[in-house]
Amino acid sequence: MHTVATFSIPYVGYLDEDGQLSADAPALAADNDLILDLYRRMSFLRFFDTKAVALQRTGKLGTYASCLGHEAAHVAIGMAMRYEDVFCPMYREYGVQFVRGVKPRDVLMYWGGDERGNDFSGPKHDLPWCVPIATQCLHAAGAALAFKLRKEPRVAVSVVGDGGTSKTDFYGAVNSAGAYRLPYVGVVVNNQWAISVPRSAQTGAETLAQKGIAGGLHCVQVDGNDAIAMLAVMREAIERARVGGGGTVVEAVTYRLSDHTTADDARRYRPEDEVKNAWAREPLKRLRTLLEKRGLWDAAREEAFKAEANAEVDTEVNAYLETRTQPVSAMFDFMFAELPHDLAAQRAEVLRLEGGTHG
Amino acid sequence: MAEVTLIEAVTQALAYEMRQDPSVVVLGEDVGVNGGVFRATAGLHAKFGSERVLDTPLDETTIAGLSVGMAFQGMKPVAEAQFDGFIYPMMDHIVCHAARMRTRTRGRLSCPMVLRAPWGGGIRAPEHHSEAPEALFAHIPGLRVVIPSSPARAYGLLLASIRDPDPVIFFEPKRIYRQYKEEVPDDGEALPLDVCFVLRDGTDITLVTWGAHVKETLEAADRLAAQGISAEVIDVATVKPIDFDTIQESVKKTGRCVIVHEAARTGGIGAEIAANLAEKSLFDLLAPIERVTGYDVPIPLFRLEMKYLPSVDRILAAAQRTLAYR
Repeated sequence: MHTVATFSIPYVGYLDEDGQLSADAPALAADNDLILDLYRRMSFLRFFDTKAVALQRTGKLGTYASCLGHEAAHVAIGMAMRYEDVFCPMYREYGVQFVRGVKPRDVLMYWGGDERGNDFSGPKHDLPWCVPIATQCLHAAGAALAFKLRKEPRVAVSVVGDGGTSKTDFYGAVNSAGAYRLPYVGVVVNNQWAISVPRSAQTGAETLAQKGIAGGLHCVQVDGNDAIAMLAVMREAIERARVGGGGTVVEAVTYRLSDHTTADDARRYRPEDEVKNAWAREPLKRLRTLLEKRGLWDAAREEAFKAEANAEVDTEVNAYLETRTQPVSAMFDFMFAELPHDLAAQRAEVLRLEGGTHG
Repeated sequence: MAEVTLIEAVTQALAYEMRQDPSVVVLGEDVGVNGGVFRATAGLHAKFGSERVLDTPLDETTIAGLSVGMAFQGMKPVAEAQFDGFIYPMMDHIVCHAARMRTRTRGRLSCPMVLRAPWGGGIRAPEHHSEAPEALFAHIPGLRVVIPSSPARAYGLLLASIRDPDPVIFFEPKRIYRQYKEEVPDDGEALPLDVCFVLRDGTDITLVTWGAHVKETLEAADRLAAQGISAEVIDVATVKPIDFDTIQESVKKTGRCVIVHEAARTGGIGAEIAANLAEKSLFDLLAPIERVTGYDVPIPLFRLEMKYLPSVDRILAAAQRTLAYR
């Protein structure tokens, strides 16, 4: 017997829980403007997320999927991508999308029950939020295939959770990305829980990153609460994909500090201690500590930024709350490029019921 | 002008559209060098290369998902499901994404893809190779479902389906893939979607069908004619959305209707047509509507297969029951 193949999964992390940067940190860690930008975006995201949950609790928003604790992973993905790349999210990656130009009001519109949130202000070629699990991985691989066939230097990035790596679609994306050598980066935001099912019950695999090995992709596990490591890993993966070096599975190890959605109560299945310990590793605090150590941030600046960010969130919330419901005809108007005869009849029927006041 | 079979007409349409639109790509299992297990893509790989005719990994979910991904980025994938029975793993992507991409993004993105599959029974195929799932797809808002019944209609309807800016499920009746040849000019002329084709004018009874059973239905009409009964034969062709106007017009004239399809009866397209006639044409009817369909069982293996499929005799018996009402 002899060994025909061996593999290893590197783990990348530079900034620890105490805001201490390791000696092997990449050059970008020294770029103070960049780190400040990362921190501000992450912080804004948390203000937004807190507000969105509050809106749901007060009946002003439908079910909402919080991104609490994922700020580093999400913002870093967004900052590593170029505008022309395509982003294929699941349903809580607002941090990526805000970097790409999606407005908070778009997110609120979507969870507030209005499809116009999916016609968002970000890149028109990005996919909207995807509720079925992991299907977006294959759509990203398909987009990457289109880029490769058209010889466009663009990269497709999908995000899936730890539970999503159990799905056929995730394996299909990894496999086809390997087979066609596609410019595809599949990020697994491993937040440890697929609603109530822990990561340990999802798979016998030691890491989720290694699932990419089967498809012949580069694979890396990264501290998903370390924005510097996330950004470095994502930049490397995306640039490798862009120049024809093949796809990557990035497993971002993080933690879901919130419930799965506002319709969930994680206290029923998740030990309190675990959550408490996870708060000690959360992404914002460690970046803030680093900035404070460098003299770039303090309580006053934090307060000023908080006021500014909350004002912006309020503006977005008001824009959402003031948006009038679509006319009932909107149900039909986007089903097809041209309305078929049967739908035209149904549209007319609804308009009759509405008293012909919409159109 | 060349005479071609239905499957050659499919190949011809694919080649025509690939020549004139560089965004059209063909993908599926074995569609490349092998030209497809039924040979629907024969010669395309040699003509257009492996960047336009892509052999995929052997995973139907992947074929459907990649197609959605290519389509929302502006390509026009024409995906092949190798057999109708292998289409079920594709449904998640077709139903949850392709069918609703345009409406859920308020028109920002769309999914201009075609999913082709050899469809239906009657070729003594193994299990899971003889399904007729058109009603499953027809029920889904946002999809067109097209089933040609002749080489000319396969050519014209496939061109229309590829050019359509929305997703189309294109079922090819494999029983008549090579049954006969007809002249099909390779001129790029599409046929209209969403309309029925009246294949034979008649005044006494309307026979409505699609796909491979157009053959048996026309034969039944011939035999009725020998008895002095004039049957109108309608090929539905686009089973979603259905051109009910043409069917209603016919029933207004004949007062009688028999619907023939090989898919299982319950919830089939025949039920939809019958319901529409009940709503809109009740007072034109001189007799109850009859359905001649497959049964609510999986299509049997080949020893019993032909007992399952509507036969000319079953169609005639239904027609006679209908004609007995005076």
